[in-house]
Amino acid sequence: MSEHNSASEPTSEQTPEHISSLGSCLAIWVALLAGTTLTVAAAFIDLGPFNTIVALTIATIKATLVVLFYMHVKYTHEKLTGLVIVSAIFFLFILLALSMADYTTRLWR
Amino acid sequence: MATAVVSDSGERETYLNSGYGLKSWLLTVDHKRIALLYLMSITFFFFIGGFFALLIRLELLTPGGGLVQSDTYNKLFTMHGQVMVFFFVIPGVPAVLGNFLIPLMIGAKDLAFPRINLLSWYLYVIGGILMIYTILNGGVDTGWTFYTPLSTEFLKTNVISAALGVFVAGFSSILTGLNFIVTIHRMRAPGMTWNRLPLFVWAHYATSIIQVLGTPVVAITIVLVALERLFHLGVFNPALGGDPLLFQHLFWFYSHPAVYIMILPSMGIVSEIVCCFSRKRIFGYKAMTLAVVGIAVIGFLVWAHHMFVAGISLYAALIFSLLSYFVAVPSAIKVFNWTATMYKGSITYQTPMLYAFGFIGLFTIGGLTGLFLACLGMDVHVHDTYFVIAHFHYIMVGGMVMAYLGGMHFWWPKISGRMYPEGWGKLAALIVFIGFNLTFFPQFILGYMGMPRRYHMYPPEFQILNVLSTAGATILAVGYLLPMIYFTWSMRYGDPAPSNPWNAAGLEWQTHSPPPTFNFDEQPVVTWEAYNYDEMDEIPEIREVPVAN
Amino acid sequence: MQTSQAAVDEHAHENPALLHHFATAEQQKNAAGLGMWLFLAQEVMFFGGLFCAYLVYRYKYFGDFGSASQQLDIRLGTTNTVVLICSSLTVVLAIRAVQLGKRMALVFWLLATILLGLAFLGIKADEYAEKFEKHHVPGPSFNYHELLPGQEKFPAAERQYANPHHAEMFFSLYFAMTGMHALHMIIGVGLFGFLAYKAWRGKYTPKYYTPIENAGLYWHFVDIVWIYLFGLLYLIDRHR
Repeated sequence: MSEHNSASEPTSEQTPEHISSLGSCLAIWVALLAGTTLTVAAAFIDLGPFNTIVALTIATIKATLVVLFYMHVKYTHEKLTGLVIVSAIFFLFILLALSMADYTTRLWR
Repeated sequence: MATAVVSDSGERETYLNSGYGLKSWLLTVDHKRIALLYLMSITFFFFIGGFFALLIRLELLTPGGGLVQSDTYNKLFTMHGQVMVFFFVIPGVPAVLGNFLIPLMIGAKDLAFPRINLLSWYLYVIGGILMIYTILNGGVDTGWTFYTPLSTEFLKTNVISAALGVFVAGFSSILTGLNFIVTIHRMRAPGMTWNRLPLFVWAHYATSIIQVLGTPVVAITIVLVALERLFHLGVFNPALGGDPLLFQHLFWFYSHPAVYIMILPSMGIVSEIVCCFSRKRIFGYKAMTLAVVGIAVIGFLVWAHHMFVAGISLYAALIFSLLSYFVAVPSAIKVFNWTATMYKGSITYQTPMLYAFGFIGLFTIGGLTGLFLACLGMDVHVHDTYFVIAHFHYIMVGGMVMAYLGGMHFWWPKISGRMYPEGWGKLAALIVFIGFNLTFFPQFILGYMGMPRRYHMYPPEFQILNVLSTAGATILAVGYLLPMIYFTWSMRYGDPAPSNPWNAAGLEWQTHSPPPTFNFDEQPVVTWEAYNYDEMDEIPEIREVPVAN
Repeated sequence: MQTSQAAVDEHAHENPALLHHFATAEQQKNAAGLGMWLFLAQEVMFFGGLFCAYLVYRYKYFGDFGSASQQLDIRLGTTNTVVLICSSLTVVLAIRAVQLGKRMALVFWLLATILLGLAFLGIKADEYAEKFEKHHVPGPSFNYHELLPGQEKFPAAERQYANPHHAEMFFSLYFAMTGMHALHMIIGVGLFGFLAYKAWRGKYTPKYYTPIENAGLYWHFVDIVWIYLFGLLYLIDRHR
């Protein structure tokens, strides 16, 4: 008798929950291990200032794989999840970037 | 037509009579009861913070340090600041009015996570107990801002317990914000689209974003301060290669958006009141919603304007100064839109509207003086003077507290089922307004003339303004005590309130006063726009059922 | 006329896991999921403060940080990274198991996750113990006398040593960041222990496994934090 709900955004009500295939779980696992190997190997090669960039890039790729596949963000119909993730990263970036804007320009004349 | 739930003895079931005894309150998951729990605790801390303020003003009556030693004075302004900021102004409106009203306004039975809501209150209480312990154990004298290395290296006072209290209260804030965001996204009634939401709800949504994303940064900063104090780490200690400014960056990254946590909910209250007592839709609904979100986002980009003279690079200072000018724009838009709402409205001057008027004027002054401070050249002269103190008190007291009181009066009939005495309400509002301006306007002048903040001794030529300020503070105190008295009186002797005493728009007025535990007799379905004061007859009327026969 | 209690009872009868203030199980699940993601967003900012401090000092004291980083055992760090990656896999397999209705497989993969988490913590404890022995723990016993990276190729008299204060800064941040991470791991292990017990009791079905899903999100997040910590703390200037 109670009214069913709600003016909330359309959710994945009609489509069944996505079940990851065993293959994709293992494939991502292998990719993550490969990334780890790569980043450790790259650390021992002199790339000058690019060492840090390479390490961070590989870390970000690994993190993205975890978020998209293991945390199911690729298979969700919720755009809100993506917005939450992007917001967190954006504001973290602001904290880091604007703080560094101070430190990197302190000695400028 | 849905019927109210009535017990066998003829009493209508409300959230107030659906269970008696301490356990039914301390273990409640009803958002309305939790709001009242918060009301008790927040009022308690308001008076503690206010007590410290009165001691400060007493000390400042004379130019020489008369009443207390310098070290004690340091504790007075620190405790005043910490208690007020972290235990009154930041939680105040969201915890009391937000908790009570958001489910009602969106047509839901409760918040998304009622048990987390209760947990939030307990965290607030635990943080508060830590703060009380700090006070009783001799206080803390770092200033509310905990600046390093003073707080980490040189003080023997209760820095860690105070910091821990703030940390725990911070998690209360994060969980409340999280709860509100999920509630507003997921629990809206059928037909309650985003563009039909009351601006009060939008304001809390924007506030919640800040609470969730900003508070953790000050939380980790506090952890670092505690670790540094305990283990002499050196992260903020220049003698060990640390940078005190790093603390300030991390601290202000939260504490500047925190001031928007303080003001945005109050702006939401003002929108509701102005529309009701002008009998008009809000002018520029879309702009108002964009403005609150804009304030929340831009508010994260301006924090180093608190650090202009601390030693940051000039180029960073220029960037932050420019960004600080931007953040004033959405706030100004809101002031213009409230004014435009009132234009050609059918205005009446009940107590809530008086507070709303007070807010608009005083917030404008506070906001404009903020722009003076955002100007680098000016800030060099007035930083760390009473000018800054006057600026933020205009916003926090002239703004937030006024709106909070206005909201308490506006929704009191809904919360308690009683009307407060209108004559006393108007009198108290007038006393608050006069007391407030007498307290804080002289401080603009004092600051401009050079009186530093956090000093209890000052040149004799500043005395007359300080005396005026103290006189104002006393009047203000009376103005705050009056509602305490007549609200309490009204709970027993006030006129029983109908469901919609103000004939206001909004779903919260479509249910009984006080509401039943599950808020509505039947699930509301919304088919009208927000603030439809020109089409009030489209809204179905509720059948009044008095609480007792 | 119906009492509110009767309405609650009717609701509960449809689905015992459904809480009274939600209209459908779908709404409850989506609310819980959004709540978890928001919690993770605040965790990003929580760790973010530490990353900011680290970024500032790495920028200021790059050489000294390189020297200090080389004092960390890269084999143990890499092993820990592999352990956590495997634990993310076991979490995903646990969710798969419950989605397919396999109760014992669910319990098995949850226990595997716990085991891997404990392995991580054990290796971490070993690393911390080593730091104690080498007097690299910040505080009164801190003692650091190591070369800057790449100084070995110079004659002994000209070799430059790392600034001990700056090296101590590295270790302060190392302990703060990995310590905070380890605290989150401990909470995660405890959480999974509780869930494994409930799973064994049959509480989770393909229709209701929200707590497993949300705990999984938490665990993956903690894994991601470690992925960045490993890269930033262990791999500075290793080539020198």
